[in-house]
Amino acid sequence: MKAKQETMPLNGDEAIALAVKQCDVDVVAAYPITPQTIIVEKFSEYVANGEVKTEYVCTESEHSAMTACLAAAVTGARTFTASASAGLALMHEMLGVTSGFRVPVVMAVANRALSAPLNIHGDQSDSMAERDSGWIQIYVENAQEAYDSIIQAFKISEDVGVSLPIIVGLDGFTISHTLENVDVLDDDSIKEFIGERPLPLVVTHEGKTVPYKLDPANPMTMGPNALQNYYFEFKRQQEEGMKNALNKIQEVNEQYAKMTGRSYGNGLIDAYQLEDAEVAIVCVGSTAGTLKVIVDELRAEGIKAGVLRLRAFRPFPAEELQKALQNIKTIAVMDKSLSSGAFGGAVFNEIRNALYDSNQHPTIVSYIFGLGGRDSSPRDLRRIFEDLLRVNKTGRVDAQVHYFGLRE
Amino acid sequence: MSSKEKSWKEISIAGICSKSSVGFMTGDWKTYMPVRDPEKCTTCLTCVMLCPEGAIKWRPEMGKIEFDFSFCKGCGICANECPTKAITMKMPDEDE
Repeated sequence: MKAKQETMPLNGDEAIALAVKQCDVDVVAAYPITPQTIIVEKFSEYVANGEVKTEYVCTESEHSAMTACLAAAVTGARTFTASASAGLALMHEMLGVTSGFRVPVVMAVANRALSAPLNIHGDQSDSMAERDSGWIQIYVENAQEAYDSIIQAFKISEDVGVSLPIIVGLDGFTISHTLENVDVLDDDSIKEFIGERPLPLVVTHEGKTVPYKLDPANPMTMGPNALQNYYFEFKRQQEEGMKNALNKIQEVNEQYAKMTGRSYGNGLIDAYQLEDAEVAIVCVGSTAGTLKVIVDELRAEGIKAGVLRLRAFRPFPAEELQKALQNIKTIAVMDKSLSSGAFGGAVFNEIRNALYDSNQHPTIVSYIFGLGGRDSSPRDLRRIFEDLLRVNKTGRVDAQVHYFGLRE
Repeated sequence: MSSKEKSWKEISIAGICSKSSVGFMTGDWKTYMPVRDPEKCTTCLTCVMLCPEGAIKWRPEMGKIEFDFSFCKGCGICANECPTKAITMKMPDEDE
C-alpha cells in the first residue's frame, strides 16, 4: 500500500536531517564538519524546538562522537551520527570497535576529499578508506535517495541477522548542498516501516539467554578481550552479518518500493540500459545521474551503452555484478578516490576481481576522476564511452589506469 | 586450537562472555612464583591487601596465608612489599 507523500525542496543534508527526525532516533552524537554540517545543524534545530525527543550530544571530537554512539547503541538506543573527511578519519579506531560490538549505528557521510592539501569538496576518499572497518556502505545518487536510504539504513542495520553499523554516503556539495524536489513520507508510515529496534539474543556468564543490551537486571560482559583462541571466530561472525546484509538490503529495497513506489535497482546495484550493452561504465554516487543522460544520447545515436551504479559497496555484491556485467565487452570503472599505490581504483579492483571467474572476460579499465571535487561535465564523461568504443573496435587498451580530467 | 573451543556458530555475537572470568586462569602467565618463609612471616597481611589479583588468601583457621597459583601472575609485588622479607620470587623448578 502506498503511503501519503509530500514534495519538499530540500538539499541532501536537509533531507537526511528530516529522515532522522522521522525515524524516531533516541540519540544523536556528532561533531560538525563540512559538507555534513547542515545535517547536524538542522537536526539540532529540531531538538531546540522540541520537535524530537532525541538526546543530542555535542562532543569535543568525532572520535568521541562515535564512542558516544556506540555507548548509546549498546543500551538498545536507536543512534545516528554524521561525518566526513578528516572527521571520519578521526573516528577510524571507533568504527572498528562499533562494528565489532555488532551494534546498529547509522552514519551519513557527506563524502569529501582527505587532506593534504586541504580540500573541502566532494570525492569518496574518506569512506573508501574505511572499506575494511566492518561497516555496511551504501552510496546514493541524489537527495531523494539520501532521504530514502537513511530510512532504509535503520531497518538494514538493526536487523538481528545483520547487526552491523552502516554508512550512507552522499557526494559532498553535489548532493549535500544541492536543492532538489524530495518526496517526503508522513511520520506514521516511517514509524510503521522501521518499527522498534529489535535486539539479538546472547548468552551471559550467568547462563541466561537475554537481549543484547546493557541492563542491570541482566548483567553481561561487553567488549572483552578475545585472544588467539576466539578473536578469529568473532570476526567470522561479522562476515556472516555482512552476508546477511546482501539479502536484507534487497528485501528492504523491495518493501520500500511497495510503500513509496521508489526503488534503487535491486538495492545493491542499479543497472541502466545494461542488458544488451556493448560498453558500460560502472560508478558510485551522483556521477551515475549524468552518465544515464549520456547513455540516453548514445542510445538515440544507435550506440549500445549502459551504466551500472554500485549502490552497496559493503557488502560487495560480487555475484550480482558478475551476472550484470559478464556479457559486456568493454567496461570502465570510475573511482572518485585514489587508492594510492594500488593497481587502479578500489572499486575497479574489486569489480575486476569479481569478473575474473566469468565465462567471458570483459576488458575492464580504471578511471580515477573527480579528486578534490573536480567536476565532470556530460561532455567530459561522454569521452569515456568514446574510449570504450575505440577499445571495442581495435581490441587495444592504451592504458589500464586513466587519470581522467587531469592536466597532463 | 583445542577441540574444546567452540565454533563461530556456537558463540554469542560481539564477544559477550558466556563464562565468568573466575574460570579464566591467569596463573599460567607467570615466570617467577612467590615462596613464603613461615619462619619470617608475621601474618601482617600486607601482601593480602596489596596483591592486585586477590590471589593471596588469609586463612585465619590455619593462622597462615596461602597463594592461589591459578591466578598469581608472578608480579612480585608481595615479595617487594613484605616488611620482613618473608617472600622470595623463585623459578618454579628452583630448589627452595
